[in-house]
Amino acid sequence: MIRFHNVFKSYPNGALALKDVTFHVSKGEFVFLTGHSGAGKSTIMKLLFAEQRPSQGDVRVSGFAVSSISSSDIPRLRRRLGIVFQDFRLLEDRTASENVAFALEVTGARRDTIPARVMRVLTQVGLAAKGRAYPRELSGGEQQRVAIARALVNDPAILLADEPTGNLDERATRGVFQLLREINAGGTVVVMATHDLDLVRQAPYRTIEMRDGGVVYDSAEDEPSEEATS
Amino acid sequence: MRLLFREALLSFRRAPLLSGLSVTTIAFSLFTLGLFLLVAVNLREALKGLEERVEIVAFVLRGTPPETITLASQDIAAFPEVQAVDYVTEEQALARARKELVEFRDAYRDLSVNPLPASFEIRLKEGYRNAAAAERVAKRLEGFSFVEDIRYGRDWVERLDKLRNLAGIVGLVIGAAFAAVAVVIIGVTIRLTIMQRAREISIMRLVGATNRFIRSPFLLEGALKGLLGGLLSLALCYAGFRLFRDSNLGTLGGLIFFGPDQMAMLVVFGVLLGLFGSLVSVGRHLRKV
Repeated sequence: MIRFHNVFKSYPNGALALKDVTFHVSKGEFVFLTGHSGAGKSTIMKLLFAEQRPSQGDVRVSGFAVSSISSSDIPRLRRRLGIVFQDFRLLEDRTASENVAFALEVTGARRDTIPARVMRVLTQVGLAAKGRAYPRELSGGEQQRVAIARALVNDPAILLADEPTGNLDERATRGVFQLLREINAGGTVVVMATHDLDLVRQAPYRTIEMRDGGVVYDSAEDEPSEEATS
Repeated sequence: MRLLFREALLSFRRAPLLSGLSVTTIAFSLFTLGLFLLVAVNLREALKGLEERVEIVAFVLRGTPPETITLASQDIAAFPEVQAVDYVTEEQALARARKELVEFRDAYRDLSVNPLPASFEIRLKEGYRNAAAAERVAKRLEGFSFVEDIRYGRDWVERLDKLRNLAGIVGLVIGAAFAAVAVVIIGVTIRLTIMQRAREISIMRLVGATNRFIRSPFLLEGALKGLLGGLLSLALCYAGFRLFRDSNLGTLGGLIFFGPDQMAMLVVFGVLLGLFGSLVSVGRHLRKV
């Protein structure tokens, strides 16, 4: 599903964001990406959804080579991904349903199928009753659920969550995390960047720890058989 | 398609002030351009009136036989530059002089011999009413043995030529300048709209919208703004025209407004400006993010 092979990323100002990063993520996995701010978690995320390209090395996501991806292939890659951010990134002037429907509309889904698909994911994230609410009328946890619903509505193979609980209180954090676990249990790969170590300790998932742009710990290293590439 | 229109119209509803500002800006840029065009159109009309008066007069020697006159008349009418030839007899010339030159009426009345010669009055076709063509025709007329003298107000025709060239150049330069200013202003207002919606664009990209999909509503929006701006500018031009004409009825009663073609052109130009402005602004934005 995901393959990083000897990946380096440097920025025009000379800063080296990633140093020789190699890891693989197989079908069905849930992976925590941990480390302090600036350790390289966000850079890995940006490479995963082709917001940036590696300076060196090979990045493959769901069959696309990000190193050499054409600009017309980027939307096709992103339609196979669901992306969730710390700041939710909802459109303030659209309701929860409209925010979710938006993701279907821009990818050219058939109009008559949209309402049912939106309802299905809103139910899945537990917000079936709040479809008509605007983001400002929802709590942080609820807004993040809307964002997750939007990420799920295109049935992605991989869900990328960059600090999804960073802005949430403890209760909302638990709820959102539980939701991500359920999504993973349904077969979707989940890659979650977080620096919330309590959360990491709660679940028996694979953890990749980053420091200064390099991988310093990968819990899967002890289980080499899990490293099959997809 | 329906989504496209909805998204384009949504921006008018969501940012009415900015949209209104864009439309007004386009309208005023086109209004200045339109006023200038109106002056140009009227100037051209006035020049056309002057041009029609470009005339060559060939005076005929006394005693030229009528058959020669008839033949020559046919010859001259066949010149490619010539629109019409009139033969004015000596008597007609005198009658006209008596009527038109009131000051000399008494002097002409007591004449025993008519001092005025007969003449050919030659009008040129449109497109030939310039110094070079008049000169050419005059040269050819000199070849007729019975022609005594030729007048066509050389200085006057040359001055008309210069005026025409000057008007053309000034029109082109000022028109281009106004159009360029309009493009820049429209580009800036559409950039403002795009910056206001940068967040939305970034989200569209994240969920996998193609650049074409993102661009289309903006292009439609730009074209719509151009259309509204064009129509508004037309209304402003007409109001300005009426105001100006009504306050100068005495001296400038013959002013004309744009014809339907020209009105359509101004509006289409507005649409193209809007389209072009959005194309540049959206393209630049999409390349940057």
